[in-house]
Amino acid sequence: MLDYTTLKLVWWLLVGVLLVGFAIMDGHDMGVGTLLPFVGKDDTERRVVINTVGPHWDGNQVWFITGGGALFAAWPLVYATAFSGFYWAMLAVLWALFFRPVGFDYRSKIDNPAWRKTWDWGLFIGGAVPPLIFGVAFGNLFQGVPFTFDDHLVSTYSGSFWALLNPFALLCGLVSTAMITFHGAIYLAHRTQGEIQWRALRAAGFFGGLLLLAFAAAGAWLWMAIPGYVIRSAVDTAAQPDPLAKTVVREAGAWFANYRRYPATMALPVLGFAGVIAAQALARSGRTMAAFWASSGAIVGVIGTAGAALFPFIMPSSLDPNASLTVWDSVSSRMTLNIMLWATLIFMPLIIIYTSWAYRVMGGKVTAAYVRENSHSAY
Amino acid sequence: MVSEQLVDLSRLQFAATALYHFLFVPLTIGMVWMLVIMESVYVMTGKPLYKDMTRFWGKLFGINFALGVTTGITLEFQFGTNWAYYSHYVGDIFGAPLAIEGLMAFFLESTMIGLFFFGWDRLSRTQHLMVTTLMAVGTNLSALWILIANGWMQNPVGAEFSYVTMRMEMTDFWAVVFNPDAQAKFVHTVSAGYVTGAMFVLSISSWYLLKGRDVEFAKRSFGIAAAFGFASVCSVIVLGDESGYTVGEAQQTKLAAMEAMWETEPAPASFNLVAIPNEAEMKNDFAIEIPWVMGLIGTRSLDKQIPGIKEIKAKNRERIVSGIEAVTALDALRRNQNDAAARLKFEAHKADLGFGLLLKKYVSDFRQLTPAIIDKAMHDTVPRVAPMFWSFRLMVALGLAMLMLFGLALWHSIKGDFADKPWLLRAALYSLPMPWMACEVGWFVAEYGRQPWTIYGVLPTHLSVSTLSVESLYGSLAGFVGFYTVLLIVEMFLMIKFARQGPGSLGTGRYANEAHA
Repeated sequence: MLDYTTLKLVWWLLVGVLLVGFAIMDGHDMGVGTLLPFVGKDDTERRVVINTVGPHWDGNQVWFITGGGALFAAWPLVYATAFSGFYWAMLAVLWALFFRPVGFDYRSKIDNPAWRKTWDWGLFIGGAVPPLIFGVAFGNLFQGVPFTFDDHLVSTYSGSFWALLNPFALLCGLVSTAMITFHGAIYLAHRTQGEIQWRALRAAGFFGGLLLLAFAAAGAWLWMAIPGYVIRSAVDTAAQPDPLAKTVVREAGAWFANYRRYPATMALPVLGFAGVIAAQALARSGRTMAAFWASSGAIVGVIGTAGAALFPFIMPSSLDPNASLTVWDSVSSRMTLNIMLWATLIFMPLIIIYTSWAYRVMGGKVTAAYVRENSHSAY
Repeated sequence: MVSEQLVDLSRLQFAATALYHFLFVPLTIGMVWMLVIMESVYVMTGKPLYKDMTRFWGKLFGINFALGVTTGITLEFQFGTNWAYYSHYVGDIFGAPLAIEGLMAFFLESTMIGLFFFGWDRLSRTQHLMVTTLMAVGTNLSALWILIANGWMQNPVGAEFSYVTMRMEMTDFWAVVFNPDAQAKFVHTVSAGYVTGAMFVLSISSWYLLKGRDVEFAKRSFGIAAAFGFASVCSVIVLGDESGYTVGEAQQTKLAAMEAMWETEPAPASFNLVAIPNEAEMKNDFAIEIPWVMGLIGTRSLDKQIPGIKEIKAKNRERIVSGIEAVTALDALRRNQNDAAARLKFEAHKADLGFGLLLKKYVSDFRQLTPAIIDKAMHDTVPRVAPMFWSFRLMVALGLAMLMLFGLALWHSIKGDFADKPWLLRAALYSLPMPWMACEVGWFVAEYGRQPWTIYGVLPTHLSVSTLSVESLYGSLAGFVGFYTVLLIVEMFLMIKFARQGPGSLGTGRYANEAHA
């Protein structure tokens, strides 16, 4: 069994992998959902758009479900404190996601324009709202979240939903939404042709540009105006987790400390920018599959940038900085982390194998002819 | 102290979202195997009828599955949003099966379902059958891990409390996995799902036969459903949850409550067929007893005693008194982890910590404790008897009715004359809601019967909630119920529309009510 410190670090990376996996896999079908009402001009076109992700959205959504489960198992205190604190934000995500299974599966079952239009906007909400809220949540992590613990580690959250929607957090929401929509547009360009592909490429141009601007702006804002958190006391990384056992202070520029200490981490923001630019160039030259990998790289870069800046913090407390949750003190026991590591090592490769197979089986361009021929079975 | 209202609303929201979810899950669990059976026959015989059966019942399966997924999303996250202290306190154990469920089962099920619907023309027959089978395996493994998590709530094995981290921690993963309670639950619950799937196909096929349309299609479907349903309903009853009721104290308490057994009787105990339980005086005002039966089904033996409610409560009172020591020692240790005297006292009373925590519902400062408060907490340790007694009986009655129906359906499908028996077809049609009712009351018995605990003997329900405002709870509860109800109406509408249209909705040109392109 790995030692406790290593396991804690490995799980920080694995939660990152799950988050990135979610953004790449569920992200592209959320992006497609967001673009649906705009790139599909009539019902057949919209069905083409929907059917590019039709066989896959369900499997992809499990990244989200499993992410929730893994957070529960590996970082129970984060799972508990974040989701109960961000109560209404979390419900908004869940309720937006409700539109997806029914939107995908029920839309084509009745041939009525009003019915279908309703589900188009349902899929739009299910695609656009979750990334927006996740971005906003990340923005709030950087600013600290107003929660405290009592003696028995009962958490109390003293903020409101509306306080989450502050300007910096909204900017982070924009980064996230632009990133997911961009990624969806690239995927759509890969799976369609003609008019729809052309519109998808235009959307990729717009959202890619927006992402570059918003990502840079968020970095600058963080640099200039958002003080970071620093642990001042000595940390025993192998200790049994107790989030109340440390001293934490706020300090200007502290969110950039990891970049100064480990310059190699600068590769992450660089990957974020380079991925977007490369994806756009590749997509325009018709190499859409490579473009998809490049925009996936951009996602790794953008999320990695935020994760590396926050490390070792996961969720700092603005009310009681000492109670901030970190990778050292809000984790599960060594035994549970170890079991979960094995479960992940065994099943993650299998998941990747059968998911790739599913994409290969269903691969190729989705066309209007396909939708017409399979009118009773396609979405 | 946590407000009663907050606890009640949190419970109500969880119950509502879980019961909605459970309207869809059993059908998915059961129907997926019927699809495997139908498609296997197709692959073996090559008859297109069986492919059409797989596709048509698959279509209805998909309509149901969509809402199963929708309502399931909530449950993965609701522990965090509404049961934050629970999540912290037992996440180390409870989170693991949920995460493994995602990794091992739900990914498989959800990836394969896409290929099931869209892969007909792109996969060979055998490949497609493999996809369907993997989807079924995923679905059932999913139920297994969820019920391992749920079984641990009833019988929390393989874990220990740590005062440093202020939570339960895993000590033996395999004990959690092979928890006898979880295994009994798994068999019982998936079998109940199989019955639901079989009833669904049986009822709708009967309706086609009554209308005299799509006869060949309906007859084949009826036959498969009758056989599968009969085997499953036997499994639900024989391998029923009852076998699990001798395991662990939670189940003993539940058993005593659902049987309205106030006194410990000499073995083998008698069974109360009907009773009017009197909660205040702890007796039955009226009861029709059948001697021996309770002892036999409850313990599968003639000489093992089943403890009655009074005995259980008296034991629990002692544990509450011991638990007071555990809680005060824990408070001392939280102030100073090196307090050797407190540690010694804590170790001695640790097993009763949860029982001490029951008192927190009434007092936050234990210096204000009185014997009357301890008595109140003692009475809390057994759930109210009447709801348990009657919902259990309703479940059993439904189970027996379905046994009879599937028995007759199988008998006449072996004889081959069921299509000419309108009374049987009508009985099958009107029995459609039965498995759902049985599943929902069964779930109620399991969960209400565990009160006042979320984790039996470890964590009381009223301490498990998130510290949210009552207004938030009213808002979210209204939102969930409203949202789900609209979705349920839409689902029922589509389900009825396609069930009415029948296999003609496939557009193959072989059936009545053909769909037009």
